Amino acid sequence: MSLALMSISSEGSAENTGPKRPARRYLRPLVGLLLPVGLAAFWELAVYLGWSNGRLVPPPSVIYQTFAELAEAGELQYHAAATIWRVFAGFLCGVAAGTLAGAITGYSAWSHRVLDPTLQALRSIPSIAWVPLFILWFGIFEASKIILIAVGVFFPVYLGVMGAVMSVDRKIVEVGRAFRLSGFAMVRRILLPAVLPAYVLSLRAGLGLGWMFVVAAEFLGASTGLGFLLIDGQQLGKPAQIVAAIVAFAILGKASDALLAAAAAPFLRWEDRFAQH
Amino acid sequence: MLQLEHVSKTYPNGVHALENVTVDIPLGEILAVVGGSGCGKSTMLRAIAGLDPASSGRIMLNGDRITAPHEKIGIIFQEPRLLPWLTVAENVGFGLEDRPKAERRSRVAAALERVGLSDKADVWPRELSGGQAQRVAIARALAPRPEVLLLDEPFSALDAFTRADLQDHLLTLWADSRPTLVMVTHDVEEAVVLADRILVMRPRPGRIFEEIAADLPRPRDRQSAGFDFVKRRVLAALDRSLERSTITDAGHTAAEAGAGNWW
Repeated sequence: MSLALMSISSEGSAENTGPKRPARRYLRPLVGLLLPVGLAAFWELAVYLGWSNGRLVPPPSVIYQTFAELAEAGELQYHAAATIWRVFAGFLCGVAAGTLAGAITGYSAWSHRVLDPTLQALRSIPSIAWVPLFILWFGIFEASKIILIAVGVFFPVYLGVMGAVMSVDRKIVEVGRAFRLSGFAMVRRILLPAVLPAYVLSLRAGLGLGWMFVVAAEFLGASTGLGFLLIDGQQLGKPAQIVAAIVAFAILGKASDALLAAAAAPFLRWEDRFAQH
Repeated sequence: MLQLEHVSKTYPNGVHALENVTVDIPLGEILAVVGGSGCGKSTMLRAIAGLDPASSGRIMLNGDRITAPHEKIGIIFQEPRLLPWLTVAENVGFGLEDRPKAERRSRVAAALERVGLSDKADVWPRELSGGQAQRVAIARALAPRPEVLLLDEPFSALDAFTRADLQDHLLTLWADSRPTLVMVTHDVEEAVVLADRILVMRPRPGRIFEEIAADLPRPRDRQSAGFDFVKRRVLAALDRSLERSTITDAGHTAAEAGAGNWW
């Protein structure tokens, strides 16, 4: 009797969850779209009904039209590609330097005492303050922009790696020692996997700052890039172009972050986490 | 043969943890080390493991001097200390990285089989219970086939039932290849269940106070008179090591009084 009950109830639950599950998996991320789409629809309606003329805050349809025009002329792709390339190059440089510096200062107490105070002082300098100097040093073309982005990416990665290395569980390191690991083997088999979750977080924080700094870099004498589109839109009085560039930033930033998170996910399946999302 | 010759250890902060400990442990012996806190029993184990080298004296394994972790010496800690990013099977194979893949796989499978966790080979450590995790830790330590296995209060974090189960399990595993076991414990009963010989240590500075042979037949019956006798002797020795009792003989009352609070 109880067996029969169990089989019935398990069948019932299978029927309930079976068809629902895949649908729910694809629908759940869409919940995040409710708020922006709702706001956009409201503004579209407000302009359509004449509550606002929509000149300074263009409605979605006008922004879409601008997008389409820019894309048709090839300008959108051209400027987006320039920006993506800068972020990518700056991100790589910043990550390389931040990882190296963070690993060294986290691992060795002596280099921590020597390097960390200086780096922390440099960190508190507003990024824009570097711009005049970088332009003098590296010229007005790509080099100075990429270096500025790299500086922005460097600090979150540096702090993340240093903190992660310093807080690796001593007991786990001892397991490595008991199995006679040292030097490179200890780094590869114990330290690297142990810091990976914190490292991925710091990379994502660094990438976010990279997108911020690319705008700062492109505001200053760029003739390409989404940041240039912003300035251009301001100078020629084209708010729709400005908003289109902002939307492009939002999409690219979100997409690159999702890409990074997805690339790291297979390596972090072991995590014993509270959050399931 | 594992030999400790006049081993002393003073920590950099001046704590005199171990003073002139000399003991010979023949291959295959099970030695339990008990004593009050601060008696240096963990220090001794870590010195044998090569994790914290002794300040003076020598530790020799078959004539080799031990100053760093040695491939013939394995250690099991109080916590399982599994690596959370490796599956159970990968954890067990952690010390076999330099062996050919086929050998590694077969030895991991055999070790997991011996601890009864073959079905957990591909799960993450987070999915194991405390007792299962400690069994994986035992399998990990035994997989490289050490000659000496050190155990630092390995079952103290487990509930009484799981603990008794794992003690029996450890003996079965020990019978496979008969390595030397050196086990630090807080639990007198555990020492008497497992050990051939029990070292009672006394604190400040840590040194050997008394050696008690436990030559009872195996498997040991925890209810037998012989078992009880050895247990009382150990408890009495512990009591005297802390100078809590004026009775120098292995007296009944001394053992009873000290049984509860000797640590």
